[in-house]
Amino acid sequence: MTFELILVLAAGLFSTGLFGALSQQSIVMIMMGIELMIGGVIVAAADFWHFLAPGAPSGQVVIVAAVVAMAVEMAMGFAVTTAIYRARRVDMTDMAGELKG
Amino acid sequence: MGTTDTVLLAALGVLALVFGVLVFTLNSMARVTFSLLAALVCVGGITAVLGLPYLGVVIVLMMVMEMVIMAVFMIAYMMNPAGLMPMSMLHNKRGALTISGLVFVALAAGIFLVSWPDRTASRPRDTTFQVGRALMAEQMLTMVLLGFVLLATMVGATVLATHRGRYDRFGDDLDQRPAKDPAGGGVGR
Amino acid sequence: MVEAGAWWTLLAAPGLLVVLAALAVAGNAVLDARNAGRPVGVAGAVRPFLDVPRALVVQPRRLPAADRLLWRAGVVTVPVAAVLSTLVIPFGGHVVADLSVGVVWFNAMEVLTWAGLWLAGWGPNAAFSLVGGYRFLAQGLAYELPLMFALISAATGAESLRVGDIAAAQDGLWYAVWMPVAFAAYLAGVLAFSFLGPFAYPAGRDLAGGVLGEVSGVDRLLLRAGRWLWLASGAAMAVPLFLGGGAGPGLPAWAWSLVKTLLVLGLLVWGLRRLPVIRADRYVEFAWVVLIPLTIVQALVPAVVNLNR
Repeated sequence: MTFELILVLAAGLFSTGLFGALSQQSIVMIMMGIELMIGGVIVAAADFWHFLAPGAPSGQVVIVAAVVAMAVEMAMGFAVTTAIYRARRVDMTDMAGELKG
Repeated sequence: MGTTDTVLLAALGVLALVFGVLVFTLNSMARVTFSLLAALVCVGGITAVLGLPYLGVVIVLMMVMEMVIMAVFMIAYMMNPAGLMPMSMLHNKRGALTISGLVFVALAAGIFLVSWPDRTASRPRDTTFQVGRALMAEQMLTMVLLGFVLLATMVGATVLATHRGRYDRFGDDLDQRPAKDPAGGGVGR
Repeated sequence: MVEAGAWWTLLAAPGLLVVLAALAVAGNAVLDARNAGRPVGVAGAVRPFLDVPRALVVQPRRLPAADRLLWRAGVVTVPVAAVLSTLVIPFGGHVVADLSVGVVWFNAMEVLTWAGLWLAGWGPNAAFSLVGGYRFLAQGLAYELPLMFALISAATGAESLRVGDIAAAQDGLWYAVWMPVAFAAYLAGVLAFSFLGPFAYPAGRDLAGGVLGEVSGVDRLLLRAGRWLWLASGAAMAVPLFLGGGAGPGLPAWAWSLVKTLLVLGLLVWGLRRLPVIRADRYVEFAWVVLIPLTIVQALVPAVVNLNR
């Protein structure tokens, strides 16, 4: 049962982060939502590794990849925020509508 | 899994969720950043309790550095860093709540409906050795790719964030030495 | 071999850390007295401790719109992280918790200082404090990577992240002898994460005290104690990492650990008074252009040696 409950925790973290990423206007706050979502992924990967396949290292490799994804997401997010703010004093997604494809 | 581990997991899990919700309910941006840090530290703790001490401690280490840097940017770019003037910075709150609620229900349904397989093998004695060995052997390609992704990120982020090019530093004919930089450095260039 | 987990170590480790930190403060005060031409003696050594009762009874300073929760959290984090970092440091034949990832644990606790000091700067809602907090982050970005590579060098040499194993692996030849760059980068890191001496930039006099500028009473005591606790903890960690732990002829292991820790601590206290304060922008470039390549090459040395063993 512990296995399922930890997965529910992971789903909770993921959904909370998703709510933030969808509802926040500020780019930095959206990034916080994405970080929380990746945190949920880490919990799920550790859970799968521990309870289903501890003999194989794949679960751990997923966590390493998730941590790298967090770092990349943050670095690029701040770089884009800095660039867009410098270009037109904007840090809200609604004001950067012309970036829409 | 012993009783201590179960109690720790329950406490860390509840704390992670509480801090995760606080991220989107608090007003002060500094508090928001540090409640996200607390949530992610709990995630690292859960990882460590689940038998991955190396990854757990590394997550804590990385998240502290990352969130402190994030706080700097939060303060720099947000209108209301200390939360002294509460204001709503949300859009389409109802839609976001619906979507994330649906996602949670779908995930939870999947979690309890799928019949998960049984544990296939026993845990290795040294889990740190397991991940290190994997990254340097059968998962080498993953490691190389992650390295390239990080390198590309470093270059890309620097290019995006900097507003001065080489002509600003070295002059129109690129012959100006030393470079004209706003701040000096420690090796006397 | 290191024996872990005896119940009394949980009390002894923080106690020993506080004693070592107090010795460092006293030593610093004695050197202060000598420089000022006052008589060198017990009176000079206990001088800084007179601040302790004063800090306990003083009326705390109140500031408008201070973020008290985060301020308090930051001030408490610095000394608590210093104490937590000692859990993995073997002293003679004993250690509180011989974690399999001890080196990473020490590093993670040290990084908690980043959060603690930034929060201590943010909390009081005062400009100079906040600038002090930012200065520590700038300094952190400079000292952290050379420090990490120094720790990695020692761990690579012993092929283990367990601090006890690293001490045991230096049988015959200390890592300080054949990894001098890593040892020097580590000692610089110790001064930097205790923001003392050349790295006192976050609490600089040009900033009216920086992160220490607005704290008063018990908070001030905790933050200032945190610096010296970190210095003592860093000196104690240098012994198993680079100086062979408790190994030595004649004396028991705990005595050698004590002697070596006191020597490193003395060297640090002497050194922090001899060096001028470095501005973070200067140290960042030095660290990234000179120290990081040097420490990476240093980490390569034990890797190659281990391959050919």
